Amino acid sequence: MSATAVDIAADVRAGRRSALDVVEAALAAIAARDGELNAFNTVTADQARAAAASIDARVAAGEDVGPLAGVPVALKDNLCTRGVPTTCSSKILAGWKPPYDATVVGRLVAAGAIMVGKTNLDEFAMGSSTENSAFGPTRNPHDPTRVPGGSSGGSAAAVAAGFVPLSLGSDTGGSIRQPAALCGVVGVKPTYGRVSRYGLVAFASSLDQIGPFATTVADAAACYDVIAGWDPFDSTSIPEPLEPTSAALGRGVQGLRVGVVSEMTSEAMGIAPDVLVRVREAADALAAAGATVTEVSVPACVYGLSAYYLIAPAEASSNLARFDGVRFGLRVDAPTTAEMQRATRTAGFGPEVKRRIMLGTYALCAGYYDAYYGKAQRVRRLILEDFERAYGEVDVLLSPTSPTTAFPLGAKTTDPLTMYLNDVCTIPSNLAGHPALSVPFGTGSDGMPVGVQLMGPALSESLLFQVAAVLEASSS
Amino acid sequence: MSETTWETVIGLEVHAELATRTKLFSGALNHFGSEPNTNVDPVSLGLPGSLPVLNRAAVELAIRVGLALHCEIRPSVFARKNYFYPDMPKDFQISQYDQPIDLGGWLELPEGKRIGITRAHLEEDTGKNTHVGGSGRIGGADYSLIDYNRAGVPLLEIVSEPDLRSADEARAYVGELRAILVAIGASDGKMEEGSLRVDCNVSVRRPGEPFGTRCEIKNVNSLRSLGRAVDYETRRQIDLIEAGDKVRQETRHWDENGGRTTPGRSKENSEDYRYFPEPDLVPVVPDPAWIEEIRAALPRLPAERRHDLAAAAGLTPTDLTVIVAVDRGADATALEAIAAGADAVRVLTHIEHNLAVEGADALSGSTLAALVGMETSGALTATQAKTVLAELVTLAVSGVQGDPAAVAAAKGFEAMNTGAFDAAVDAVIADNAEEWERFKAGDPKERGKLTGFFVGKVMKSTKGQADGKAVTAALLSRAG
Repeated sequence: MSATAVDIAADVRAGRRSALDVVEAALAAIAARDGELNAFNTVTADQARAAAASIDARVAAGEDVGPLAGVPVALKDNLCTRGVPTTCSSKILAGWKPPYDATVVGRLVAAGAIMVGKTNLDEFAMGSSTENSAFGPTRNPHDPTRVPGGSSGGSAAAVAAGFVPLSLGSDTGGSIRQPAALCGVVGVKPTYGRVSRYGLVAFASSLDQIGPFATTVADAAACYDVIAGWDPFDSTSIPEPLEPTSAALGRGVQGLRVGVVSEMTSEAMGIAPDVLVRVREAADALAAAGATVTEVSVPACVYGLSAYYLIAPAEASSNLARFDGVRFGLRVDAPTTAEMQRATRTAGFGPEVKRRIMLGTYALCAGYYDAYYGKAQRVRRLILEDFERAYGEVDVLLSPTSPTTAFPLGAKTTDPLTMYLNDVCTIPSNLAGHPALSVPFGTGSDGMPVGVQLMGPALSESLLFQVAAVLEASSS
Repeated sequence: MSETTWETVIGLEVHAELATRTKLFSGALNHFGSEPNTNVDPVSLGLPGSLPVLNRAAVELAIRVGLALHCEIRPSVFARKNYFYPDMPKDFQISQYDQPIDLGGWLELPEGKRIGITRAHLEEDTGKNTHVGGSGRIGGADYSLIDYNRAGVPLLEIVSEPDLRSADEARAYVGELRAILVAIGASDGKMEEGSLRVDCNVSVRRPGEPFGTRCEIKNVNSLRSLGRAVDYETRRQIDLIEAGDKVRQETRHWDENGGRTTPGRSKENSEDYRYFPEPDLVPVVPDPAWIEEIRAALPRLPAERRHDLAAAAGLTPTDLTVIVAVDRGADATALEAIAAGADAVRVLTHIEHNLAVEGADALSGSTLAALVGMETSGALTATQAKTVLAELVTLAVSGVQGDPAAVAAAKGFEAMNTGAFDAAVDAVIADNAEEWERFKAGDPKERGKLTGFFVGKVMKSTKGQADGKAVTAALLSRAG
């Protein structure tokens, strides 16, 4: 499927192409190659065909079927979908079908989009390679011996493989941007609170944010415009009205101030030389397009990884308590309730999830709270202050998305710390609650895609799309 | 055992279910007595992906309670209290921890003592487990059923200072708190339905010494149980100490049938709840204008009403008849009757003794005043007045404020004229000369006994037409 979401919607709305035809093409592409890639946990073929037929009937009846009319979308399998299995790629949710749709799912459907399936992820979104899945790893469409990144690897791969033009992921420490970079697609983490989290199975509530994957910046913006906005069912949702971001796309970067984050462009931070080359080229491209490019320091962001690995596991240890075998999902029977809960959680969670639950439980213990969780929250505030200072000097920040291109399957699974370092450039935006995106910018020395990251202050999505569009144009 | 040398120290934690239409964090109904698991939704079941949204009505009721208890209303933060239990859908409870909404107030007991309120905070209720078969407790049942209707119902936990010193004070505190909660519409206050649940912290000490080690007693489901539990626990702790043992800090369970407390989990090995701020909710910062609006709309509270009534009646607010009238919600009727000129003591006596009946609140103050007027003028005896009053209540329930004079006439009650009354008294004195001599001798004890004797004789001879009080007065005046 090479057409963009914007083109498909235009064709379907105008009656030039049927939604059913679009959906059949997507299903055929999935059937042809997903056996190899394993991007999908569930393909909802029949439901998708029925939804497409309904869109076509409404088009025929002259109705406005929405800005994403007939666009096939894939949803990360940690987004609740009514009556459709939602597994978080965990054995513990085996067989669970939510009785409700996530807010974003409702908004996509209302905009005319058609869900074709649920995509693979690192169990409960914990990982950077989509290898921590109970249903086996997803492979990178550019080289199936390599990982697609994670945790939203299935959603990234589904778009990169051309199965669907749009997908949704969730980003807690880079889980949209890093796989987008590794798969050569656009990935967006909106401002915390801009997209409702209602129906997103929580990993770390204060960091989680849903966002789109797309092949183009324009598609990503179109999808963002549909899913963003206030939701009364999410108390952390931002009430400020939403301006359509698509309008900003052609504005260029003339006069904009772009800061290259010095801490994220140093080999000491483990950034590969071939990735750094692309970041410098991206900076040059923006300068050539009329932006002022300077180097900017965000000193506290070097502590981001440490703070993140206290805050995120702490919240996760609490969020994942409810998977106790009592009300839904897996239950391993045992003589007493406590033993049943222990047996269920032992059998149901994979090793990375257990590791983080233990880390987080420890960080919240009465005697350690101040030293760990409390201190991490203070670091978080420092990072936010450093970012706000930087945004006093520049409009957007530029950095690599991921330190390296996609690595081979199995390369980092034995050493969690090496795996965690994948998120060193993406985590600070989650801690600050600021928006950030990854846009493809050339390839590395191995021929695999490189992504560069754009970061901005709260609610600057429009500006980020505007700058990303310039990078997109200059890289192609 | 020598209880007189010991002092009981009690602090109470009262959990009040707030009378909101829906739950604390979702739109599921807050309703007692529905079919199990019908008042539920993704949030109250803790389904993955669900998020809490704070119910504004619960915050308003919490503010109302805070104001009624003279607390400071503060910006507050919800936290997660993490522990595994099958009736807790999320395996954590959302509760206000170090930043409660209501801080530092007091409650005045009817007898006048002020009890400090440490804090009151909002939290969600749990579901309800029913353990079936086996031992009937979670450890040894064949299976357990869980009803999540109650999960997420808003609770206000009201914590008192350790200012209470007896079972009576503890009961009075809960009674007064319940009256306040009901008066301001914050809770229905039904202990039997679990709308009001009391955990009581009890310790003993010798007066003047520092506080002793306390035990927390759970499962106290009525005012009667509260008093019994405090008394039992006091005795248990004194016995322990006097036998040379120490009181162990622990949670104990009140066994209503056994009339004793039994050990629960020990606080020394208490669970680490790993509190941290609830990231799915934002801090609650009530607008000061809203708080003032709520304050202005508060009704008169029971303590204020006791003061109002006492002032009108010329009594003290701690007078039992005043307390009873306010407790029954009959103070407005009493004030109306007193304002219409009725004798306050007679009005309050009627309310305490003769109007503790269904439908009594239908009786208007002016009707009551008219009746009391007839009594005061001697047109009706106390006994007759009671009979007329019962008839007036029956009429009032059917929507008619009756005329006491007409009711009295219909019943054939006629006032005795003074001559007949005096003749009756004199006749009884003449017939019982020996007793009369003893009465006149003036020994107070003897007089007390003989007053009853003479009044009874006069009542009998006049077939109840004479007024008992008038007879007593006549005897005293004749005795000189």
